[in-house]
Order: sequence, then structure tokens, then C-alpha cells
Amino acid sequence: MENLLVANNVSKHFGDFRALNNITIEVQKGSVFGLLGPNGAGKTTLLRIINQITMPDAGEIILDGKPLHPDDIKHIGYLPEERGLYKSMKVGEQCMYLAQLKGLSKSEAKERLRYWFKRLEIDGWWNKKVQELSKGMAQKIQFVVTVLHQPKLLIFDEPFSGFDPINANLIKDEILRLRDEGATIIFSTHRMESVEEMCDHIALIHKSNKILDGKLIDIKRAYKSNTFEVGLQPKNSENIENILKDKFNISSTSFKSINNELQYNIKIQEDDSVNDLVNYLTTLGQLTHFVEVIPSANDIFIETVKNN
Amino acid sequence: MNHLSLIIKREYLTKVRNKAFIIMTFLSPIIMVAIITLVSYLSQLNNDTVNTIEVLDESGVFFNHFENSKTLKYKLINGVSLEDAKFASEKSNNYGLLYIPKKENIDQYANTITFYSEDSPSISIMRSIENSIEEKVNTLKLQEAGIDAKLIEKLRIKVDTNLETFAGEKTSKLGSGLKLAFGGIAGYLLFMFIIIYGNMIMRSVIEEKTSRIIEVLISSVKPIKLLLGKIFGTTLAGITQFTAWVIIMILLSSVVSTIFGIDTTAAQTPQQQELLQESGGSQQLISEIFLEINNLPMTNLVIMFLFFFIGGYLLYSSLYAAIGAAVDSETDTQQFMLPILMPLILGMYVGFFTVIENPHGTVSQVFSYIPLTSPVVMLMRIPFGVPLWQQILSLVILFATFIATVWFAAKIYRVGILMYGKKASYKEIIKWLKY
Repeated sequence: MENLLVANNVSKHFGDFRALNNITIEVQKGSVFGLLGPNGAGKTTLLRIINQITMPDAGEIILDGKPLHPDDIKHIGYLPEERGLYKSMKVGEQCMYLAQLKGLSKSEAKERLRYWFKRLEIDGWWNKKVQELSKGMAQKIQFVVTVLHQPKLLIFDEPFSGFDPINANLIKDEILRLRDEGATIIFSTHRMESVEEMCDHIALIHKSNKILDGKLIDIKRAYKSNTFEVGLQPKNSENIENILKDKFNISSTSFKSINNELQYNIKIQEDDSVNDLVNYLTTLGQLTHFVEVIPSANDIFIETVKNN
Repeated sequence: MNHLSLIIKREYLTKVRNKAFIIMTFLSPIIMVAIITLVSYLSQLNNDTVNTIEVLDESGVFFNHFENSKTLKYKLINGVSLEDAKFASEKSNNYGLLYIPKKENIDQYANTITFYSEDSPSISIMRSIENSIEEKVNTLKLQEAGIDAKLIEKLRIKVDTNLETFAGEKTSKLGSGLKLAFGGIAGYLLFMFIIIYGNMIMRSVIEEKTSRIIEVLISSVKPIKLLLGKIFGTTLAGITQFTAWVIIMILLSSVVSTIFGIDTTAAQTPQQQELLQESGGSQQLISEIFLEINNLPMTNLVIMFLFFFIGGYLLYSSLYAAIGAAVDSETDTQQFMLPILMPLILGMYVGFFTVIENPHGTVSQVFSYIPLTSPVVMLMRIPFGVPLWQQILSLVILFATFIATVWFAAKIYRVGILMYGKKASYKEIIKWLKY
């Protein structure tokens, strides 16, 4: 797949503080790229560099095969984490202003705003002042303004903050729909369940360095520990733990079940066969539960950050 | 549409449509006219009261010398003792009692005359009493020395210097006053404009920061464009408001003076009235004023007023914008306001004290080149005739500084608008310049 955006060895210092150190990321066309990292890791700085708000000290940004140009702002839609609207301005007027700043003509802006307002069921708000809106409502307006000019690259920094679950879902579906229509999405968040749901690719930044990068599925494969969650109703429950302990690396676990069974996490060697394990367990009794433990994005995040 | 014009348009419209702005536009001139009307009315009222002063003149020499005026009446009382006179005077509504004892020697009158009153008498009344007495004493002394007072009066010559520049332009003291007025009004106008609309720019920068819209904006627009758009938009709104003020004030004061018959020019200081009398009545004064205005370097004045006004205002407003970007709320602006206000106030002081004293002296000249004070000081100097090359040099310095300041302000602005929740110190801001 072709890359829409490449950041090559981007570094940025603020005085003595190093915000980004030689960061390289590649964002594939039509993918959802998750930019993760603890607070203060440098994510926002990287996003600002991509948006040409801040200039990098070293390195370059390539958009669609060409170095980033000031005119490229019309190809990028950015929803910053610190976002707001003019409080005393009317919603419609404000949207028109922001859309025109992005290079849309008056009539284009109006037409598209009508479409989006209807789509997000906010068409009654055109003449309301922003200060009359709730936080969630204002977030919807900001979302519309970000995507209105149909940019090929959409950047969302914590897009779901301030939304109730219903509206968060609505926005999530809109983001995925935009991806399906061909947009590429960079997505920065702390909410790991939305990373899990939406991202094809992730990069983890910690203390201004990139410490993890790749397809989410590959990373998960790399982080799996050959551990299986097992539920067993043994024929002979005595000594079963010792028997298992002799053969495997086990630990106790608990999961919800309707059976009254013994619950273990069993870790096998990488070259051991899973089939052998299942066969062996069935000889001990009734196997009621057998699931591979797949590391969640959350686990990976915590583990990698801790190890660095 | 071009970004800059979009931003200017938005800034202008939000300012002009703002309720507080509209209210102030209409209320300020009404309040101003109301105050002027009130002051004129009160000073007319004040002029109408007649103060009566009783004079107990034991010497019998002075009383005929006191002349009644519109506001002051002298009443002679005779044949009573001082104690009785004091008692009677205290009971009456009279302004006070002047007691002149009988003295052998004229010199003794210098410090033996007493004025009794309820509370401290007004200085102007005392001066007129003292003048009358002094005049009489002087005449008496001259007589005593055998000199004819009338002869002295005849011999006295009042000198009125004719003023003329080398270029052959006739000027007068009245002209100097007018020049001062022109320069003063121009300088003061600029001063007010900078403070009112500079603050407005600062507030609008802070608003964008606190409402967090700034990052959305600068992902589409360059910060420098936003900064310039803000300055120009607010300036246009300011000019609109100023124009509205002038028009409303003129309309209102003409309405007020026709309806209530109050002469708004009656609120004059005694000095102005003196000037009026000296130049022989208002009719002549007005024609003289017109003559003098014609003599002023009008074209030069108007053109330079525009240039210095724009330059000075832009210079200061970019500083105001930088402050707005550096802070998080208006309460944090104090520490940065002082260094801006100082040169401005200094300019006003230099203008009103030094320029009046000596428009082309070293101090006046130096301050009319320093960019932070030059708009005010130079505007005050120009009516007195400043060589064109000096004006242009000062303008060049001013605009060069403006460009440097905008660059500097834009740097602070660019970094500052993205710093949330941080209270900037001077040290921090210097660091930002290197980002």
C-alpha cells in the first residue's frame, strides 16, 4: 500500500526540552493510524508539525509523495485536543467562516454544511450562539468543521472527549465511513478500546521517542505469550494442580462461567503444539473453556511504556 | 476570498455587532455632552450669584476705589465698631467683611487690612480686592512722592511683539495657543485611541486563547495573518466608533444648545476669558482664529497626523497583541502593561511640558525620533513647523520599528497562543523568541 504521509526523522526542541527525537512514521493511504503515548510524550507536537503549526528542527514531512507545502492545509483536517469555538458567534456564521478559511467558496461551504447539519441532526442550530450549546453539541460542530473541506488526511486528537456514548458511536461511525470513502485518518487517543476498534496501525511515542510501531495485528502477535485460559472439570480433582505445575507454567485466573470448574492460565513453550495441550487436558477431565490470551492494546501500552 | 480580508471582516463585524460596543458608541457621547452641558449650566449658575462684601473703611480712603462687578458688590458701612460690624456680618448672608483700619503711614496698609468671612474666601475674589487696594496705595505713594500718577500712566507703554518666521509667515501668541491646541488634541487622541483599541485587540487575542479556538484557526491560517487581521479589523471598528462619536457629539451638542439655550462654550476657564477680552471681543477672536488656522501648515498637519497616527497605533497594537498571546487571562496582563504604558505616558508628559516650552529643543527633538514616543511628541511639534526631513526620518524609524515589532510580536504570538495554563514570565518570553 502507498503511504499518504511520511514523517522522516522529525526532531523538535523547545529550548532545552526535547519534545521529539528522530521520529519516523508512515501512514498508509486509507488506513486508520493510531498515535499513542502517555501524557506529554510529544504526540501533540508531532500533530502540530504535520499541520505546519510548528516547524520541525530537523527531518521532513512528506504528504502524497511531496514535501509538505503551506497550500497543503486544504488537504488536511485537524481536530486538536484543545479545541473550542467563538462563544458569542452564531453557529452557522462561525462554520461559514472556518470553512472559508479552509478555502471553500461561500456557496460550497453552505451546501456542505447543510448536508452535514442534517446528517448529524443539528440543522436547528444554525442561528444559535455557541454559548447556548452543550459541550457535546459544540464538539459535533467542531467535527463538522474538521471534515467539511473533504481533506485526504484527517487528524483527530482525542475526538471522543466530551461525547456521551451514543454520540461517540455516531462520530466513530462517521470516521470509519470517511475512511471507507478514501480518507486517511491519524488518530491520537488514550482510550484503548477505541484504538482496538478502529486502528489498523499504531505507533507508540514515549518520552519523545518512538518505542513501538506497526500493524496492530502484528504487534499483538509479537506480544502474545502462548498463554491459554483454560476451564477444566477434572475427573479427579486432587493433585491436579501439582500435575499441571510439573508440566506447564500455570497461574490461576478467573473468568465468568456457568460451570463450576477449575480456572487456570497455562503458558506453553513457543514450539509446543496447542493441539497437544488440548489433547492432554482432555485426558484429565472435561475441558469447558479454552481461549488464547490475546494482549489488549491497553496491556501492550502499559507494558511497553513501563519497560522503557 | 483572501484569508486576511476574511479575518478582518470577521473581527470587524464581531466588534461592531457586540452589544457592549454598540451601547458604548451611543452612550459615551451622550454622557460627554451631558457632562459638558452640566458643567456649562453650573458655571452659568455660579456666575449668576452676586457676592456682597461689606467694607468697614475707617481710613475713608479706599471705598470709592472699589468697583462693583457682575459677581461682586461692595457695601460701605460706617460709624460702627469692628465688633458690631463683625457680628452683623456674620448674621447676614454677605460673603464677608473687609476691615480697613485708619493708619497714619500709607506703608502700614500693606499688612493691617483684614478680611473676615464664614470660611476661606475664593482666591479670585481676594485677588480682585487686593488689586484694588494695591492700586490705590500705589497712587497715594506716588502722590506722596510728588509724582503725577496720570503722567506715569501716560508714560507706560504696552509692548506687543509681532511674531514672524524667517519665511515671512506672521504668527501670534494666539497662533501659538492654537498650535498647541492642535498638537495637544492630536497627541491626546492618539493616546486615547491606543489605550482603548489596543486593549480591545489584547482582549480578543485572550478570548481566542481561552475559548481554545486558536489551534483550529492556525491549522488553516498563518499566525501572522491572524495577528494582522485582528489589528486591522479592530482598528476599523475603532475608526467607526470614533467617527460615530464625533457625529453624535456634534449633533447632540447642537440640539442641546438650541433646546436648552445653554452655551456649551461657557465652560471656559478664566484664562480663556482673559484671552477673549484681550483680543477685543469674540467676533474679532473668531476671525483671528480662522486666520491663524489658515496659517497653520494644514496639509502637512493632516497628512502627518494620518501617518503618525497609523504608525503609532499599529506599533502599540502589535505589542498589545503579543501581551494577549503571552497570558492566559486579563488579570495576568498587569506586569506587561506597565512597560507599554510608560513610554506612552512619557510621550504625553514630554509633549505637554517640554514641547510647549520649547518645541524644537533637544529633548523635544530626541523624543520625536524615539519610536514609542514619536507619534505623540511629533504630532505635537508639527504645528510649530518641523522640517520635512525630520518628519520623514521619524516616520521611517517608526515604521521600521513597527515591522520589527510585528515580527517580534508574531514570534511571541505564535508560541504564546499554544501555551495554555502557563503564566509567562519575561524570561519565558525571551526563550520563546528562540523557538
